[in-house]
Amino acid sequence: MKYLILRRVVQILILALFAFSAFDFILKGDLSSSKLFSTIPLSDPFAVLQIYLASFSIDFMALLGACVVLVLYGVFLGRAFCAWVCPVNLITDFAAFVRVKFGFKSNKSLVLSKNLRYYLLILVLILSFTLSLPVFEGISYIGIVHRGIIFGGASWLFVAFVIFCIDAFLSPRATCSHLCPLGAFYALMTRFALLKIEHKVSKCTKCYHCVSVCPEKQVLWMIGKESASVNSGECIRCGRCIDVCNDDALSFNIFDLRKKDEK
Amino acid sequence: MESRREFFIKSFKGLCLCAGGGFLATLALKADEGVFLRPPGAEDEERFLSKCIRCGLCVKACPYDTLKLASLLDAPANGTPFFKPREIPCYLCEDIPCIKDCPTDALDKNYLKKENGVKELKMGIAIVDSASCVAHWGIQCDACYRACPLIDKALKIETKRNERTAKHAFLLPVVDHEYCVGCGLCEKACITEEAAIRVLPRNYVLGKAGAHYVKGWDKQDENKLKNVGTQRKLDDKKAKDYLNAEDLL
Ligand code: SF4
Ligand code: SF4
Ligand code: SF4
Ligand code: SF4
Repeated sequence: MKYLILRRVVQILILALFAFSAFDFILKGDLSSSKLFSTIPLSDPFAVLQIYLASFSIDFMALLGACVVLVLYGVFLGRAFCAWVCPVNLITDFAAFVRVKFGFKSNKSLVLSKNLRYYLLILVLILSFTLSLPVFEGISYIGIVHRGIIFGGASWLFVAFVIFCIDAFLSPRATCSHLCPLGAFYALMTRFALLKIEHKVSKCTKCYHCVSVCPEKQVLWMIGKESASVNSGECIRCGRCIDVCNDDALSFNIFDLRKKDEK
Repeated sequence: MESRREFFIKSFKGLCLCAGGGFLATLALKADEGVFLRPPGAEDEERFLSKCIRCGLCVKACPYDTLKLASLLDAPANGTPFFKPREIPCYLCEDIPCIKDCPTDALDKNYLKKENGVKELKMGIAIVDSASCVAHWGIQCDACYRACPLIDKALKIETKRNERTAKHAFLLPVVDHEYCVGCGLCEKACITEEAAIRVLPRNYVLGKAGAHYVKGWDKQDENKLKNVGTQRKLDDKKAKDYLNAEDLL
């Protein structure tokens, strides 16, 4: 439970820092662009890319902010944005919980491909260019939910509800693992990030608890087969697998060095 | 027992899906055509929409809470900043903090340069509804005129004889489109139940005469006449053909 609780604390803390103007000196703006301690710019690199394609110019501030975020996730944290920052994760995790609790079966007619999000990503970029609009920013449910929490209003609640319905009743983990172009963007950008999940096969008892809780099951192909790190950019570093593993076979690992020593 | 539980779960599921779908349908059908103004430096809507990252930093920067971010149910594009001057107008801060804090240049940074400044902004244009403006009735009111930060430039008072009383003058507010920045202070100040002076986006209001007119009193314009062929070629057959061929009688 350790990482799960830590993750919820971080998610809610970040939302709170954004939402209360008393904390404006720490974090001001929203997830698409903000200022940390009133000096460090942070921008969503995917949004900045869309704006660049739409307008063929980009302000230095936004570019700098995008670089800061890209380096943070791309070099160190991987796709951790999805698990630790994005407010939609709260909804989809809850939907997954409800789904498992009530034992909803997946709808056979609605099986989405994991690659769908990459096609959507490409589509978004092409449309941004042809329509001269940052297309995903216009419809981004992440933005709607996040801004709704920060700036108030009620319509976002319905969007959150729709996301919940899709994930809980229609198709498991549809939003984050199959549709979200931002998640796909981070998955591509963070392929070589340092923070990884490490699996030691010698300790694994093949209970597959980890695979059953993982929102991106395909990245855990090595469970029970060999000692390896989760190398896919699609791993959101939520640490659920570590939490549920009773045999200590999984752990976070920043530098891949330890593993090499053991061999 | 089991089937009953299943039935409940199924119906709950269906209900949720219907509610969700229903909401999406309302969004698709939403027809709020409310008029709204964009923050300083966003006069070119197309350019603005291509650049705004929807961060709300301008909203947070405004000391008067003028700007709001559009939610799904507002008229402007979801997540973009706008304001309604009758609620809170733009007070034309000298240092324009909203533009300063915009990370993407969606709000045009050119206005931050000394020579431009707030007086060059073009957020909208005020227009007077002469039917409901009490000054046009002959009642004295200069609330909007006094409120205008560009008084006597953007908003002037024009006097006209009141034929009805033959003693009094009309003091009529008149907007000069060259100077009006569209701050909305006049709309906010207007005393009538619904503002008789309203600020609208410029493209709602302004016409365009076309380039082919020549103002005789403008030296620059006269240049247009240089090297212009004055020989107008009229097709004299055209008129005849028309008279003969068209069944006029
Ligand atoms: S192992 Fe699975 S659950 Fe854990 S962070 Fe990676 S993808 Fe997520
Ligand atoms: S100029 Fe000042 S009052 Fe007007 S929108 Fe910007 S911050 Fe607000
Ligand atoms: S600060 Fe700029 S990018 Fe951010 S919401 Fe305002 S106009 Fe858009
Ligand atoms: S909007 Fe009204 S108050 Fe503002 S400059 Fe124009 S006429 Fe003056």
